[in-house]
Amino acid sequence: MSLIVLLSIITLCVIGVIAAVVLFYAAKKFKVYEDPRIDEVEALLPAANCGGCGFPGCRGFAEALVKADHISDMLCPVGGNETMKAIATVLGQDVKETVPMIAVVRCNGSTENRPKTSIFQGAKNCSIAHSLYIGETDCSYGCLGYGECVEACKFDAMYMDEKTGLPVIIEENCVACGACVKACPRSIIEMRKKGPKSRRIYVSCVSCDKGAIAKKACDVACIACGKCVKACPHDAITIENNLAYIDFNKCKLCRKCVDVCPTHAIVELNFPPKKITEDKETTSSIIENI
Amino acid sequence: MNRKLIISPSPHVKGTDSVPSIMYGVVFSLLPALGIAIYFFGISALIVTLTAIGACVIFEFLIQKYLIKGKVTIFNGSAIITGLLLAFNVPSSIPIWMIIVGSLVAIGIGKMSFGGLGANPFNPALVGRVFMLISFPVNMTSFPANRFAQIDGFSGATPLSIAKGALKSGEPMSDIFDKVGNSLNHFVGNMEGSLGEISALFILLGGLYMLYRGIITWHIPVSIFLTVFIFAGSMHLINPEQYMPAMFHILTGGLFLGAIYMATDMVTSPMSTKAMLIYGVGIGALTMIIRTWGAYPEGISFAILIMNAFVPLMNRYIKPKRFGEEVKNG
Amino acid sequence: MLKTFKVGGIHPPENKLSAGAVVETLPLPEMVIIPVSQHIGAPAQIMVQKGDAVKVGTIIAKQTGFVSANIHSSVSGIVQKIEETFDTSGYRRKAIVINVDGDQWEDSIDQTTTLKTDIELSTSEIIQRISELGIVGLGGATFPTHVKLSIPSGKTAEILIINAVECEPYLTADHRLMLESPDEIMVGTTILMNALGVKKAVIGIEKNKPDAIAKLTETAKKYQGISVVPLKVKYPQGAEKQLIKAIFDREIPSGKLPIEVGAVVQNVGTAFAVYEAIQKNKPLIERIVTVTGKSVSKPSNFKVRIGTPVQKLIDHIGGLPKDTAKVVNGGPMMGKALRDLNVPVTKGTSGILILNKKLASRKEYVTCIRCGRCVTVCPMGLEPFLLMTHGELQMWGDAEKNHVMDCIECGSCSFTCPAHRPLLDYIRHGKSNVGKIMRNRK
Repeated sequence: MSLIVLLSIITLCVIGVIAAVVLFYAAKKFKVYEDPRIDEVEALLPAANCGGCGFPGCRGFAEALVKADHISDMLCPVGGNETMKAIATVLGQDVKETVPMIAVVRCNGSTENRPKTSIFQGAKNCSIAHSLYIGETDCSYGCLGYGECVEACKFDAMYMDEKTGLPVIIEENCVACGACVKACPRSIIEMRKKGPKSRRIYVSCVSCDKGAIAKKACDVACIACGKCVKACPHDAITIENNLAYIDFNKCKLCRKCVDVCPTHAIVELNFPPKKITEDKETTSSIIENI
Repeated sequence: MNRKLIISPSPHVKGTDSVPSIMYGVVFSLLPALGIAIYFFGISALIVTLTAIGACVIFEFLIQKYLIKGKVTIFNGSAIITGLLLAFNVPSSIPIWMIIVGSLVAIGIGKMSFGGLGANPFNPALVGRVFMLISFPVNMTSFPANRFAQIDGFSGATPLSIAKGALKSGEPMSDIFDKVGNSLNHFVGNMEGSLGEISALFILLGGLYMLYRGIITWHIPVSIFLTVFIFAGSMHLINPEQYMPAMFHILTGGLFLGAIYMATDMVTSPMSTKAMLIYGVGIGALTMIIRTWGAYPEGISFAILIMNAFVPLMNRYIKPKRFGEEVKNG
Repeated sequence: MLKTFKVGGIHPPENKLSAGAVVETLPLPEMVIIPVSQHIGAPAQIMVQKGDAVKVGTIIAKQTGFVSANIHSSVSGIVQKIEETFDTSGYRRKAIVINVDGDQWEDSIDQTTTLKTDIELSTSEIIQRISELGIVGLGGATFPTHVKLSIPSGKTAEILIINAVECEPYLTADHRLMLESPDEIMVGTTILMNALGVKKAVIGIEKNKPDAIAKLTETAKKYQGISVVPLKVKYPQGAEKQLIKAIFDREIPSGKLPIEVGAVVQNVGTAFAVYEAIQKNKPLIERIVTVTGKSVSKPSNFKVRIGTPVQKLIDHIGGLPKDTAKVVNGGPMMGKALRDLNVPVTKGTSGILILNKKLASRKEYVTCIRCGRCVTVCPMGLEPFLLMTHGELQMWGDAEKNHVMDCIECGSCSFTCPAHRPLLDYIRHGKSNVGKIMRNRK
């Protein structure tokens, strides 16, 4: 009996030793060398795997950072300057200071401003609706309202406002990863400079239709009347394809354009409230003058 | 013109079938078999069935409403089918609390834990049945004598278990035939067995109705029957003293119920016809292997569950033949 | 047993309400809108200016490139403007708007209705003339006909198949044409046979049009090489691949054209248009349009000038019925729902279908119950349920591997799905994305 016990113990020990030897050699032979800095850099990244940097996940970005000769053009939009600085010290490189950005929804065609003219009953998916029809309203550029951008957001920084049918950005959560910009089939969402105290001015319309058509489809459409261009003291506004655009690098946030816009297509955010001035000209007369 | 027109991608017309219409179609097709069960086993059959249906629907409601906190879909009829089929798979003498526990397992573990209708890999009714078979073996295998039982002294055992026991003890074939009764009785349902499995005739009627409605296709049942027929037939030919004939295997036990209702469950059966045939052959072969050499006299439940496990694999690798598929040369 | 294709297929309610209605000529509208992109391929280039006077048959836009088609004025009058108007999707496309003034035809067009059976032109002249007169496939896909007739070198056509299946429910335009102009169709078919250099032509008609089968079988006796084949009623038999399989029993390999198996398919309406082009020198300026629907008091077939606003057709049948919820350009299976009734009838408009709320509304969809019906009905042998999942999760690589590009968008899967899932919507989504990826790869 004791012999059996003894034999069992010995057999198991022998097996154990053989296995250990095999494992040891396997580990030696198949070892893949990896730059230890990759792990270090990865630890510094936010681990959100959002793809905002343009690489497949944080690990992919870390590998790219370690491999790159200059990392000044690379940015983790989520971590921002602090993260990039920390990575730079690990890698012994310099980084550029970047301006914080934020996503902006450039459409104000709520159900009130932009009446529905048909009922869409296909799959509730922006890309599908976009490829088949112009949407439920007469505007072929505006938001379709099925929330593909919200689905794409990994930071809970967006939601669909049920009343207006438009996506809303929660500023505190937005890290400017750009996922929503890529998701929107109509390129409505833009990355803009966050601005001091989060103050921003932008044209909340992307309609390239002619003024009369755009206005007919939506009350707050940009009709490309050019008033803002004249009003702007900093040459920040240009009109192209029947649409005004404010260059956020030139804009000094003076708010003059906001006042003159007859359709209220230019929107200001996070400014203190100010006294209401009356519209001197009605919209329709401006449209006739174009 | 103020009329808002509906726009949608094509097609603009829709077939008439919906999930509830299919489910209630199945329930409807099961009614004749339920009728014959009540006829043979009396009112207790009806009580067991109603309890099972009620328990399944209530458990599904409770889980969807309070556990998952999702949409309640008890009205689509799928829980009713689970309850009905579970009841069909137990003896009519089963204690009521056992069938309630079985319903909980069927709905809770068999269906809802995987995400509800459409996501469950195993037939929920069979999960419940097998759970009960393992947990309450005595109650699950003692069958009440039906009202017209002619074979005295052997009530309480199904023809399959009688045959299995007799073959083991080496009784001559002619004696066994006397004990198990003839094929006509088996076909009509005059034998011992689970509540709903006894009458091949009425299950076949329900199956034909489902076939007519397009709820099931012929592939799975036919391939199961053929496999069992060939398997049992060849065994019987090789040694007629040791193996029961093919018709005996087809008509007794739960083969008809299993082949027509349990194996053809939409959720847990393969998608393409090619895979359906393989699935059916697998069930037939496994059933016969368990019946012939296994510990249990009946094997269809286990066979279906085992083949259910292969369905995702089959869906992935056995594709329907594509139109214009390039034929490989050589 | 009747011939048909083997895999998949469905049988939606036929509802051929207007089958007995003789084709009427719609009165001329006051104004026509003629889009420059009415065909598959490059849009035509506009040849007229605002204020130009045009006659019926005047060329107003010229084809650009090989796969494109000329466009002719369908009315006489003055070009009012050239502007961007809504197309059926609501997006803006270039179109020529002409104010109608009288009905003056170009002198070259023979307006008589006498049958002319002698074919005077040679093969290349026929193709040239078809190209000049802007003939496109009238089944709905509007593929330029001269492209289909120009056989690529190294390939030979063995058979011409005339598609008279009209498998779409409701539509009867082709059915009426066959009953009313059988001889013209036969001559058109003969012309197409000459152009292709084939000796054999088969006209495929579904069994639900026994009068058309009888009529054409009788007429075909007078013409050489043309026969009529009755087919089992099954959707989508009018799809090119399925029709060739049904009649010729050959399968077009995935991603290839019918000529690969030696067949050319032309719609019966196209055969008629070819007859008019070659024998009467008449460009494609009008077509037969079915206006139908369950609530329409008098479902009809009209001969309509291209460019007539859909609203005109609807006015002519007494306006939209009260319970209208959807107006479809084309048949119910593959047509396009209109969001605005001021869009024009184009070369591809085979019908205007008016659906009431009950028929038009889509139901809420539920989870897939894996019944496998979509797999069973798919005429291409695909797995729609899987392709929809790929579309939802944007798994384009997997979609491509599962042959999403083979889908012919017949809609059988969506039609049959008991869970009311929008299978085809997502498959189309997948197709467009996979197509983009494949083009980028090249």
